[in-house]
Amino acid sequence: MAEEETELSEEQKKEIAKWFLLNAPAGEIQYVAKDLKSVLNDDDVYNEAASEAFPFYNKSHMICLELPGRFGDVLITSYGELQDNEYLDPKTAQVAIVDHVKQVCTEVRPATDEELPSAYIEEYRCALEAEMLKYVGEAYPKGFCSVYCINGKDVEGPGSDFEFVVVISAARLSPQNFCNGSWRSIWNIEFKDDIQILELKGKLQVGAHYFEEGNVQLDAKHECRDSTMFQSPDDSAIAIASVIRHHETEYLASLEASYLNLPDTTFKDLRRKLPVTRTLFPWHNTSQFSLTREISKELGIGK
Amino acid sequence: MEAAMGLMRRMPPRHSETTLSALLSLLPHHSSDLLSQVDLPLQVLCDVDSGKEFILCEYNRDADSYRYYEGGISSVYMWEDDNEGFVACFLIKKDGSKTGHGRRGYLEEGAWDAIHVIEVGPEEEGATRYCLTSTVMLSLTTDDESSGTFSLSGSIRRQMNMNLAVADGHLCNMGKMIEEMEGKLRNSLDQVYFGKTREMVCTLRPPSEVAQMRLPDS
Repeated sequence: MAEEETELSEEQKKEIAKWFLLNAPAGEIQYVAKDLKSVLNDDDVYNEAASEAFPFYNKSHMICLELPGRFGDVLITSYGELQDNEYLDPKTAQVAIVDHVKQVCTEVRPATDEELPSAYIEEYRCALEAEMLKYVGEAYPKGFCSVYCINGKDVEGPGSDFEFVVVISAARLSPQNFCNGSWRSIWNIEFKDDIQILELKGKLQVGAHYFEEGNVQLDAKHECRDSTMFQSPDDSAIAIASVIRHHETEYLASLEASYLNLPDTTFKDLRRKLPVTRTLFPWHNTSQFSLTREISKELGIGK
Repeated sequence: MEAAMGLMRRMPPRHSETTLSALLSLLPHHSSDLLSQVDLPLQVLCDVDSGKEFILCEYNRDADSYRYYEGGISSVYMWEDDNEGFVACFLIKKDGSKTGHGRRGYLEEGAWDAIHVIEVGPEEEGATRYCLTSTVMLSLTTDDESSGTFSLSGSIRRQMNMNLAVADGHLCNMGKMIEEMEGKLRNSLDQVYFGKTREMVCTLRPPSEVAQMRLPDS
């Protein structure tokens, strides 16, 4: 390669650095960052790339950070974002101030009234959150969940629509076993007042990374829809949780089914366990095979 | 270089070509190391003269043209090395997708790429030392209404050394080694791809039979 080949511009290097960071599997961005810094060998470019990539990564992976002062944990999501580094935890009505690149919560403050929903909305939100926490506690060994009002948070009483988002984030990180994985669910729930119906839209995403003797990754996604009646806060909450539980359980079962089917269907299309003859290939006799065939062809002995 | 290989192990395998080209542009002085250590899915070209397909790889590259030994979707290349022996490279590529050679029609996208490189030592007292390094790259994606998109991809690499009698012939020895290795790799894939990632999914969210046992009677 010629030495005079175009040197990468700072901007190009930064974009490449961002690409690496954004594509890090769940729980691995710090490891990727370490290797990347070494390969880049340019702290200024790295820092700029990191400041742009980390917030996006943290929100899309919905990472969970500990709130200082024994308030519990906060999920970092775009739904709870009040400002670039400020994230609402609806459960405790606290706002976390966050350092994205270090992935820590540096400070916490109480949320102001303007940042919180009205009492009417909060009744629904709180009831749903209680049901969701029950569900997540049972279904996910290490899952976190938040319920946000993303539309209509100032609605004072019946007569208007509003919208919630339920976010479930579970990660199992086992770097010493070379295995990491994550489950993310995002459920949009529209409360339609005029037709008294709740419309639910779920997006489920599962990922796993195993890298002991190579690099193997699972990436699975699914979308689903459902609806249920608009009822009192408690009854709506129970109905919603039940719909979510049903769809997520079904999805897990279909993932299992995909895995069970793979060996006999899809994988077989790629490589059989044994040749069609069901015995190992007769290496000793290969030359005999082709020789016979070639001779037949030459002599025009048809078959 | 270690950091570069670390990155190769973490980036999604489906994007391995993009990862490699990103690393090549960031580390132009390490390009020969990177190209020789990183395996990418194989590409197939069609020979203009014989109309047969053959596989491209670093070993049959000579500037911009590719030389070939045999057509089809497996190719073999050989060359002499410095130790009075030779090196053989067996490449296999299978496209199992619906539009490719997949007969069962489940795969939206699927590929098996195998690269086997055997270093054959000089003959000593009727026996020869064979050193086989194999890499298998696998990717499969299914996509349907009820279960969404399911995509598994990745690569694993193994080595095997054997001392075998020359009397059976090199082809026979190498063939058997490769067959044994591919069998081992396929089983490994069964355990790795299917086993570990499936285990992880069940760890994240155990199947409902377990969860239901804890629910109160409704």
